Amino acid sequence: MSKTINIARYNPEQDSQPQLQAFQVDSDHSTSVLDALLQVQQQDPSLGFRWSCRMAICGSCGVMVNGIPKLGCKTFLRDYPDEVTVSALAHFVVEKDLIVDMQPFLAHLSAVKPYLINDQQNAEPHRQTPAQLAKYQQFANCINCGLCYSACPQFGLNPEFLGPAAITLAQRYNLDSRDQGKAARMPELNSKNGVWGCTFVGFCSEVCPKKVDPAAAINQGKVASAGDFIISMFKP
Amino acid sequence: MQQLQQDIIVVGGGGAGLRAAIAAAEASPGLQVALLSKVYPMRSHTVAAEGGAAAVTLDEDSLAAHFQDTVSGSDWLAEQDVVEYFVAHAYQELVQLERWGCPWSRKTDGKVQVRRFGGMKTERTWFAADKTGFHILHTLFQTSLRYPAIKRFDEYFVVDLLVVEQQIAGVLAIDFSSGKLVQIMAKAVILATGGAGRVFHYNTNGGIVTGDGMALAYRHGVALRDMEFVQYHPTGLPGSGILITEACRGEGGILLNKDGYRYLQDYGLGPVTPAGQPQNKYMELGPRDKLSQAFWQQQQLGLTADYQGHAVVYLDLRHLGKAHLASRLPFICELAKAYVNIDPATAPIPIRPAVHYTMGGILTDINCQTSIAGLFAVGECASVGLHGANRLGSNSLSELLVFGKVAGEQAAALALQANLPPLSAVAVQSEQQQNYIGNLFADSCDDTVHAIRTELTLAMEQGCGIYRDNAGMQSCLDTLQALKTRYQQLKVTDNSKVYNSTLLQHLELGFGLDVAETICRSALARTESRGAHQRLDEGMTKRNDNDFLTHSLAIRQPDGNTMISWQPVKITSLPPAERHYGAKGSGLAGSGSAGSNV
Repeated sequence: MSKTINIARYNPEQDSQPQLQAFQVDSDHSTSVLDALLQVQQQDPSLGFRWSCRMAICGSCGVMVNGIPKLGCKTFLRDYPDEVTVSALAHFVVEKDLIVDMQPFLAHLSAVKPYLINDQQNAEPHRQTPAQLAKYQQFANCINCGLCYSACPQFGLNPEFLGPAAITLAQRYNLDSRDQGKAARMPELNSKNGVWGCTFVGFCSEVCPKKVDPAAAINQGKVASAGDFIISMFKP
Repeated sequence: MQQLQQDIIVVGGGGAGLRAAIAAAEASPGLQVALLSKVYPMRSHTVAAEGGAAAVTLDEDSLAAHFQDTVSGSDWLAEQDVVEYFVAHAYQELVQLERWGCPWSRKTDGKVQVRRFGGMKTERTWFAADKTGFHILHTLFQTSLRYPAIKRFDEYFVVDLLVVEQQIAGVLAIDFSSGKLVQIMAKAVILATGGAGRVFHYNTNGGIVTGDGMALAYRHGVALRDMEFVQYHPTGLPGSGILITEACRGEGGILLNKDGYRYLQDYGLGPVTPAGQPQNKYMELGPRDKLSQAFWQQQQLGLTADYQGHAVVYLDLRHLGKAHLASRLPFICELAKAYVNIDPATAPIPIRPAVHYTMGGILTDINCQTSIAGLFAVGECASVGLHGANRLGSNSLSELLVFGKVAGEQAAALALQANLPPLSAVAVQSEQQQNYIGNLFADSCDDTVHAIRTELTLAMEQGCGIYRDNAGMQSCLDTLQALKTRYQQLKVTDNSKVYNSTLLQHLELGFGLDVAETICRSALARTESRGAHQRLDEGMTKRNDNDFLTHSLAIRQPDGNTMISWQPVKITSLPPAERHYGAKGSGLAGSGSAGSNV
C-alpha cells in the first residue's frame, strides 16, 4: 500500500529554514522508515540522510519520526497511520535535510576520557568475573546514535551539557573492574555541565534503541559525584 | 584546492584502520597520522560483525591446529607463511584489546570465554556476547582518542591516490560536509576501506561497503588477488540479508529444510550430531562455503521453504532455551524480533545465504605493502593471503588486529625516513581529478545511479553467485561492459555542495563497477571449483591442483579492461590434501568420536 512521508527538507545553499515536502512510498509489513527514505531518494536523489548497516548497530540513521527520536532502520511504517513526518534529530544543528552536525556529540564523548585508564603492562588478560562484567555491560552497548540528546530537554537548552551518552560512557569505564581512571573522569562529571545538569526527565532511556538506560547511568553518576563532594569537604 | 601535509594517511576508520592508526601513533608519537573515513569511525562495517575473533587459547589447542584449519578452510589457497604469522600473533592482539577495555565474555572464574565456530577443530573464538565487532570497533575508536597524533577527518571521501613514479604521495579527498576537494600529501598511505559486498544484491553488508579502496589501488595498477572468491554467509535474513551470526550454530543451533530434515548430513558434513550438542567441524559447524552450497543444492531439489517470495531454510535455536539465548545471543533475538517478527526461543528463524565477505583484495606482501612504495592495504580490502578460497568465520576480526598493527608499524617506519615529494609532482594529477569531478555535473540526465547499481548487483548475483557457469558469467560480463558505457554518460544532477550524496554514490558506483569486473573476469578464468568458487561446467566441478593451485591476479590494462595473470601459492608445511569435514575429517586431531545419531 502507499503511504505519505513528509520530510523536513533543508538545503543550506538555498533555504532559510527547513520545509516539509510530501512523498508517496510503497509500504508493506516490513518497510522501515529507512526503506522509505531510500525509496524517496530514488524519486529525488538530492535527499540527504545518513545510513549504513540497516540492522540497528551502526547508529547512523537517527531521525525524528512524528517528533520522537528513532532509528530509521528499526522503526516501521506499519506502526503509523497513513502519514508520517520525518525530520532531522532535534537539538543538533541541521546541515542538510536529515543530516545533523554530530561534532558536538563526539566532543562530549571525548571529554569524559572514554577509555580504560590502567597503565599496567601485561601479556595476559585481566580476570573479570561475569558479575563484574555485568556491572557495566549494559552501558557499553551504546551505539552513539544520539537519540538521547534529541530527547534531552537539558541538552536542548544548554549544548554544553555533557549529555546522556557521554555520561553513560564515563560511567561504563568508572564501573569497569579493570579501570583506575575514575579520579580523572570525575572533574568533568562534577562540573556544571556534568551530571548535575540533568533534571531527570528520563526520556533519554525511553528513546534508547538499545536499552542502555542512560538515565540510570546519570543517576549513578550523581551518587558518585555526591560522594566526591563529601570527600572533598573533609580534605584539608 | 586546499592542501595539507601529513606523515601517514589511513583511509578507513573501521577495525583495521583504527588499529593501524593506533600502531603508527604508538610507534612514533611525533608522527602526524590522518585518519580519513567516509563515515564516522564507529559507523564502519566492523560494527556489524557478531560472532567473534579467533586465537589459540585453550591448553588443548595449538598454533599448528589453527594453521591447519585455516589452510584447509582456504582450500589450500592461503599463503602459508602469512597464516603462520597470523596464528602466532592473534592471541596477543586479542589480549591487547582486553587491556584496552574490550568487554569480552567471561567464564565464572573471570577468564576469557571461547566458543565453537565453523571449520575450527577446537573452541578458540573470543566473543563479546554476539556483538563482537561492535565492541572491538568502539574499544578501538575510544582508545584512539588517547592519541593526539591521530587527527580525524570524519566524512572525507577519497577519490584518488596521488602516485609519483610508483611511490605514494598522498590522496585526494572530498570533504563531504562542504563538497570541497582536498589534497593531502603523505609519506605513507594505508588503505583500510573494507570489502565490496555491495556489488551484489543480497548481502549482509552495510550500504557503505562499496569496494572503494580496492578500486583506488586497482586504477593505479596494483593487482587485485583472488577476487573470484566471494563468501556467501549461510545465514542471512531473507530479503534484507541481515546477518544472523554463525555463533548461533556454535552455540548449538541446527539447520532444517522445509521438511524439518537436517540436510547437511547429505553433503559430507554428517553424521548428525545431537541438537544442542554441536561438534567441531561436523554438520552446522562445517565451513561457510560448504553450507551455502548445501543450501543451493536443497533449493534445486525443491526442499527449501518460501518466506515472502524468498527461498529459505530454518535456523532452529529453540532447544537452547530463553536464558541461554538472552546471555549468548541477545542481538540475534533482537534482530529476529525486529526484522522477521520471530522469537527464536519459540520458533525457527527463516534464513538463506547472502554475500558477506570478499576473500580477495589488494595484493600485499606479509608486511601489508603493495606494489606501490609507501602504499599499504589491510583488512577486508586487502589480500595479505590469509583466507585463500574460503575464509573461516572469526579469522577476519583477528586479521584486522594482527595486520592492522603490522601496517601501522610498517607505515611509521617508512614515514620516519621518507621525504614528501614536491607539490609540483602531483599538480597535474590533482588538476585532472578536479576537472573530472567538475565535469560530472549536468542539469539533467536520463540515467540514474540507482538504475545502473540495481542492474549491476542483480547481474552479479545471477552470474557470480554460489554456483557459476561459463554462460552465466559471460552474460554478467556483457552486462558489466554495457553498464560501464552507460556510467561514462551518467551525470550528477544535484549541483549542491553540502553533503552531496548523489556525487558520492556516483563515485562509489564507479568503484563498484571496476571491482565487479575483476570478480567476474577472475571467476571466468578459474576453470575449476575451489572453496567459494564452484563451477557447474563440465570438467570444472572439481578442484584441479595441477592447473589452479595458484592465485589469480586481476590487473587493469591501459584500455580500462582487466587482464588476469597468476601467482604461485606459498606452501611451507602443509601440502595440498583433500578437504574433509564431518566423519571423513575425523582423522584430524580433536574431532574424536563421530557423534551419535539423533
